[in-house]
Amino acid sequence: MTEILIKNGFVVDPRNKINCEKMDIAIKDNKIVKKINEKQAQIIDASGLTIMAGGVDIHSHIAGAEVNLGRIIRPEDHYKDPVRKTPITRSGTGYSIPSTFVTGYRYAEMGYTTVFNGSIASMKAKHAHEELNDIPLLDKGTFILTGDWWFVLENLAKNNIDECARLVAWLIHSARGYAIKVVNPGGLESWGFGRNVHSIDDQVPNFCITPREIMRGLIKVNKKLNMPHTIHLHTNNLGVPGNYQTTLDTMKALEDLSTDGKPVAHITHIQFACFKGENWRKFKSGAEDISKYINTHNHITLDMGQVTFSDTTTMTADGPFEFSLYEMGGHLKWVNSDVETESSGGIIPFEYKRNSPVNALQWSIGLELALLIKDPWKIFMTTDHPNGGPFYDYPKVLAWLYSKKAREATLKKCHKSARKKSLLPSINRELTLYEIAIMTRAGTAQALGLPNKGHLGVGADADVAIFNINPETLDIAQKFRTARRAFAHAVYTLKDGVIVTKDGQIVNSQIPGRTIWVDAQTKDPCRIDDDMKRKFKEYWTMEYENYPVTDHYIKVSDKVTVKASV
Amino acid sequence: MITLTALRSFSVPVQAPCITPENFAGKSITEIKALPVTEGNCNVTLGDLFKLEQTPEETPNITLNGDLGKVKRVGQAMKSGEIVINGNIGMHTGEKMAGGKIVITGNAGGWTGSEMKKGTIEIHGDGGDYLASPYRGNDLGMKGGLITVDGNVGSDVGCHLKGGIIKIKGSAGRFLGYHMNDGVIYVEKDCDVRTGACMVGGKIVVGGTLEILPSFTIDSIKPKVKVDNITSVTGPFYVFLGDLSEHGTGKLFVNKSANSALKFYEKYL
Repeated sequence: MTEILIKNGFVVDPRNKINCEKMDIAIKDNKIVKKINEKQAQIIDASGLTIMAGGVDIHSHIAGAEVNLGRIIRPEDHYKDPVRKTPITRSGTGYSIPSTFVTGYRYAEMGYTTVFNGSIASMKAKHAHEELNDIPLLDKGTFILTGDWWFVLENLAKNNIDECARLVAWLIHSARGYAIKVVNPGGLESWGFGRNVHSIDDQVPNFCITPREIMRGLIKVNKKLNMPHTIHLHTNNLGVPGNYQTTLDTMKALEDLSTDGKPVAHITHIQFACFKGENWRKFKSGAEDISKYINTHNHITLDMGQVTFSDTTTMTADGPFEFSLYEMGGHLKWVNSDVETESSGGIIPFEYKRNSPVNALQWSIGLELALLIKDPWKIFMTTDHPNGGPFYDYPKVLAWLYSKKAREATLKKCHKSARKKSLLPSINRELTLYEIAIMTRAGTAQALGLPNKGHLGVGADADVAIFNINPETLDIAQKFRTARRAFAHAVYTLKDGVIVTKDGQIVNSQIPGRTIWVDAQTKDPCRIDDDMKRKFKEYWTMEYENYPVTDHYIKVSDKVTVKASV
Repeated sequence: MITLTALRSFSVPVQAPCITPENFAGKSITEIKALPVTEGNCNVTLGDLFKLEQTPEETPNITLNGDLGKVKRVGQAMKSGEIVINGNIGMHTGEKMAGGKIVITGNAGGWTGSEMKKGTIEIHGDGGDYLASPYRGNDLGMKGGLITVDGNVGSDVGCHLKGGIIKIKGSAGRFLGYHMNDGVIYVEKDCDVRTGACMVGGKIVVGGTLEILPSFTIDSIKPKVKVDNITSVTGPFYVFLGDLSEHGTGKLFVNKSANSALKFYEKYL
């Protein structure tokens, strides 16, 4: 039994409305408790330091087939950033697609304790779980690509929501996933035939359904299943100039589905879906229109997908988008795939450059969105690792958010056309520590439906991050570099009540972290009839019996059981 | 001049990026002896592996003697001065070189002159694989400078070449000038298959035989071709354009008299 008392720190806990108050945090075993016996407890003196809950990342590609393929095609990326073993940690490689162990270590060094994997096709779930098992120090979960799964399309085309819900429950259970992920709805299926959908009302070949119907149908399914997270949506026309209109259409199409004022969809890496202008030459920011809409509506949450100017690797299930990047990027390396009846995929190494007018404006768009949207509970900080930049750039992104000085310093080095088009000079907002805690932990945990994460109230998981920031003496907006260093190397990170990093160095790498997954219990079981098994035989390279992930694939399982209404 | 003589033959790779004129300049022999190198997985010093002597001559700055086939990264990122290597040398010699000169009297290992920007490398023996090519997966090819090889070279020479000149007196292996963008490669003898695959620019001149990829098209026949300001080679040469699968405009000059098998291309002129 371990007891830890963190004394005299400035606690920032937005879920419990605590803003930089001096108080003690008591930890018993792996939970935060009200009181412990001070004499027996290990004391951490946090005077002059900021205490936050462990970070919760809502969208980061850390495991799965595409991540691994990215590793395979980028030997030069690993070569840049080798990581030596220490008596405590294992060796590995870093940079845009770090190895599993390095992923865990580097997240923990920044005070993150929970990370959700962007997407996996359920056919490749076994591999993804094997990788997730190997990521230490983090609780993790993964979203399952559902939007272009043939059975889902068939049922939604027949408007058979209840049957579709049972199927999705089975799918999420058999892939041990956490939420429904929808990527370019309809587009991935079309990509199997070399096509794409270009608006939310385009027909998907062979299925007599539109992206609008897929998204609306899956939101209804998500509600019927009472899933903790909303659907996780990657919009159509991602990365295409003028796509802010598609994004607006998408959000409008989902408006009426929110009946209780709660979000129904999480649109991920919104920066890539916020482009204005007819072509790349007339490329402009659509941040104003999107933020205006979000400021007046409550049914959507967003994450940034911030670009950080680095040599990175883009990877997404959106095959057609990656093809357009390949055409733009000089035909170097490209992985293209069509995951049988479920999804597609693509990987392209990409370098975001300050002196490129488009990349520099993309950088600006991400920040404009985060700053123009007034409520930090609606937009969260991500880089869509590794699509906008690797996750170790999070401290940089935070600096741009809390300091106008930091933004100006970077904007000065950007291409002049981007400087002219950027809205950033007109935005004076600088986020406070409280708002940052919302965007990186409290808000994300709430959006993901994790009641024990992202806060430091009694009963919460004992995941704590302590940063060397004294809110009384340090003006983070002025001394943004000092604060950036503090966010890059947490003084302490506690995972499940165990100190795992101290002064930015790993001191305990033996906490495996749990895999969080959802078991949506339907009243009637999913009808797996002979017809479905026959389809598995005909259309999949995998037998139905081999399809589900079995329990022994998951090292530390954390099942979230929900009662579905079908 | 500093002369380094290997005290013994090495059985495992020795990583010696510290052997550059800049690194040695202004240092006493004892300081140079203390420079760190690795032998296999052991950290040792230069003095543990080499006998060092100082002589008053100015050029070359560094001379290496002995069996150095396992010694890697000599002259890495050097900017000026001259290194003479008497014998064979291991991989990555002159990697990221930005000036100066390296003379290798024996054979060079793979990735010699990889990612180099400026300077000269003279190889009197054979050139190995990946000569002037970037690390696997990278597209940071050689940007400038001159590499001459008296012997043959291996495969994947001059990948992603972005500038500079490579002259090879012998023959070349497969994938010569893969994805090259600019610069010149001159091979006096034969080339193995897939020469100039994916090339989008630049010039490859081949004096001997080669196989043309189907994605190249014949453009003309020229009596002679200029390799650099001082060298021009008389032919006649078939001029091929490609690689069309990459919409490339690279030029492949192929000696007409050595390639009678390509005669049928003439009807397309």
